Amino acid sequence: MTPHPAPETGPLLGKLSLDALPLHEPILVITFIAVAIGGLALVAAITKYRLWGYLWKEWFTTVDHKRIGIMYMILGLIMFLRGFSDAIMMRLQQAMAFGGSEGYLPAHHYDQVFTAHGVIMIFFVAMPFITGLMNYIVPLQIGARDVSFPFLNNFSFWMTTAGAVLCMISLFVGEFAQTGWLAYPPLSGIAYSPNVGVDYYIWSLQIAGVGTTLSGINLIVTMLKLRAPGMRLMKMPVFTWTSLCANILIVATFPVLTATLALLTLDRYAGTNFFTNDFGGSPMMYVNLIWIWGHPEVYILILPLFGVFSEVTSTFSGKRLFGYTSMVYATICITILSYLVWLHHFFTMGSGASVNSFFGITTMVISIPTGAKLFNWLFTMYRGRIRFELPMMWTVAFMLTFVVGGMTGVLLAVPPADFVLHNSLFLVAHFHNVIIGGVLFGLFAAINYWWPKAFGFKLDVFWGKISFWCWVVGFWLAFMPLYILGLMGVTRRMRVFDDPSLQIWFVVAGIGAAVIAVGIAAMLVQFAVSIWRRDQLRDETGDPWDGRTLEWATSSPPPDYNFAFTPVIHDLDAWHDMKRRGHGRPVTGFRDIHMPSNTGAGIILAGISLVMGFALVWHIWWLVAASFIALIGAAIVHTFNYKRDFDIPAATVAAVEDARTRQLAATGA
Amino acid sequence: MSTKTLAAADEELRFYDLDEHAHPEGHSTMLGFWIYLMSDCLIFAILFACYAVLGGNYAAGPAPKDLFELPLVALNTAMLLISSITFGFAVLQMQQGKVRGTQIWLAVTALFGAAFLAIELYEFRHLIHIGATPQRSAFLSAFFTLVGTHGLHVTFGIVWLITLMVQLNKHGLIAANKRRVMCLSMFWHFLDVVWIGVFTIVYLMGMLQ
Repeated sequence: MTPHPAPETGPLLGKLSLDALPLHEPILVITFIAVAIGGLALVAAITKYRLWGYLWKEWFTTVDHKRIGIMYMILGLIMFLRGFSDAIMMRLQQAMAFGGSEGYLPAHHYDQVFTAHGVIMIFFVAMPFITGLMNYIVPLQIGARDVSFPFLNNFSFWMTTAGAVLCMISLFVGEFAQTGWLAYPPLSGIAYSPNVGVDYYIWSLQIAGVGTTLSGINLIVTMLKLRAPGMRLMKMPVFTWTSLCANILIVATFPVLTATLALLTLDRYAGTNFFTNDFGGSPMMYVNLIWIWGHPEVYILILPLFGVFSEVTSTFSGKRLFGYTSMVYATICITILSYLVWLHHFFTMGSGASVNSFFGITTMVISIPTGAKLFNWLFTMYRGRIRFELPMMWTVAFMLTFVVGGMTGVLLAVPPADFVLHNSLFLVAHFHNVIIGGVLFGLFAAINYWWPKAFGFKLDVFWGKISFWCWVVGFWLAFMPLYILGLMGVTRRMRVFDDPSLQIWFVVAGIGAAVIAVGIAAMLVQFAVSIWRRDQLRDETGDPWDGRTLEWATSSPPPDYNFAFTPVIHDLDAWHDMKRRGHGRPVTGFRDIHMPSNTGAGIILAGISLVMGFALVWHIWWLVAASFIALIGAAIVHTFNYKRDFDIPAATVAAVEDARTRQLAATGA
Repeated sequence: MSTKTLAAADEELRFYDLDEHAHPEGHSTMLGFWIYLMSDCLIFAILFACYAVLGGNYAAGPAPKDLFELPLVALNTAMLLISSITFGFAVLQMQQGKVRGTQIWLAVTALFGAAFLAIELYEFRHLIHIGATPQRSAFLSAFFTLVGTHGLHVTFGIVWLITLMVQLNKHGLIAANKRRVMCLSMFWHFLDVVWIGVFTIVYLMGMLQ
């Protein structure tokens, strides 16, 4: 299909009309039918088992950081399946489209697929996953009862979800951007993208961005203000440290994204000339600005996972982490350096040898603290009693895979080499190498590691191993051919190919993607089987891995208030220290615990934002005005609510803790 | 935790705080709000950067010298600076526990803020009227966006001021309201600081070019 011309705008529905429904795309129609049937079945099931009240009261309106964390993970998982469907469609298209074949995806659709894949995987998969992880673990690791601003936490989650929903709506109503995941102008300007695709892109990112920024502020304040007594900064667990740095980066960069997208919005909606080709606009300004956000963003994603690997390596080697201090300083170095390298994404802009050299060198310098981290992990393992449980397996796979990705990154950091490899599949292979090998493997390590904490039972090992091997083998099969193709000069985002000798590599990459698909399926089976067999996999101790940090000091899943008494910290590995010195868990003298109350304000505000985003995409101005007024009104009404917390009575705490005492006695711990 | 306790024998170590008190309500609001302001500051930083890069691109259209009237901008600046002082008076009244006085000074602040906005809108209207629209050149796009974003912040500040006056009426100077006054105070002074940047970089330096 060729893109439609810009549609007429009506007063009632703006640009929206029946033409916006992609009825001419059989793939989308079938997907829609499947999604609709699945969605209806889900709604019917929830209604049949009368779960709406439970979901609303216990989950949607919750301010408990643990439940919000779990909801983030579910959001990430759902969006991951969407993002991966896009990936496998691209692999299939590229493996097919040789020798005169056009493949099966028309250009209009294919361009949306590669854009949506990037946008979804970064903003709605990786970000919810790491935010969920930090939300769940950080307060537990620092011995806190919740985050600093619990309502804001709920609101942030729903804003992220609203962004994801808006992005998903574009699949069935209208279209998504066809610009690549960063929507460079002038292509993303109104002259070359007159339809709603880029608008969907802008508003879904803006809505989700509000959530991300606020959750970054929230977690920074939490870590600075709510640490247990005795936990100085240099006694914080490494995961908390890396989370702190990641959140500082979030607060220091997401406003840049917000401002940049706002300027692009003005160009598209108000006819300004920031990034246009004429009237003095500068498209390269956009490219600079977006990468000032974009490069720190990849460190926002990887830093928390560096923390995960540190925790896992130390726990499963049965040793204190090697070089804690250097680990912290390496993290801080990376945090600062990540801000000084953005230009390496466009050496070919032509800023001259001096500028390119500067950014090439800063980029290479980042590999030094990263290398220090790697050696720290290796030295932690050295002479340790390593237990090759699933989290440790993912960690070892990460070390082997990530090093390759890091080294190809250093190759790309050399400006003359980059002139050859810029925008090639070599680059695509590089960043998948570090994002899959680093971020995703880290997430899988984290999920396998902390699942027992969140749900009280371990994950099934058999299916976990199948998933592990499929992922690792599939990854290498899928991306090594792309390195080779990139070296041969194949550029990214191509839909059809002329040279038949290239096809074999795309076929191999496609097979790799299929193996990864099996790995994903195995992971879903792993979750299902584990839930099914939860009684056999049950962990009563709350500390299934012989852990070292505070989250293992409480029960699994932890009570609403996390700790009946706030722990006092004397050592870096606080829980290990407590176990070593035979701490006595207090079993009497419980007091009332002050906790925040649930509120529906977050989901309501985010819901209104979603409506406003949709109205803005389609230029339905009356709805924009109405939802904007509603948004401000609802926010003001919320500020009139002064009763935001309550006390859990001491008797309730005592009952929960007595049950825990009996449970521990039964396990003989 | 003092080092003395750390040095003590193991059995004396406490691993749980048995006599803890809940964190006072809102104990981290100020820090959180500061960090929010810094993130907002970054948005302005980007707009300033855009103005610095694109501000000379007139596209054969009008330049600052053709457009700006310094006396008007000076008057406008005075409005905003005075509104910061009156907000200071509101905070002083609040610290003396006087609800009425706080409300009156907040109202005065809102009036000065509104006067600032009115003058700014008058200026914008004038510019658009003579053809210096945001669409005319990258310079004007950057100008309207930077100054307009600041104006939008002042508008939200006024909405917040009115909300807060109602809340003071309802609950008086309770801890939560005092905290809100302090947050809004930081927000308001922050806008003042940003405006000083706008006044200097956009208007004064624009006239010098």
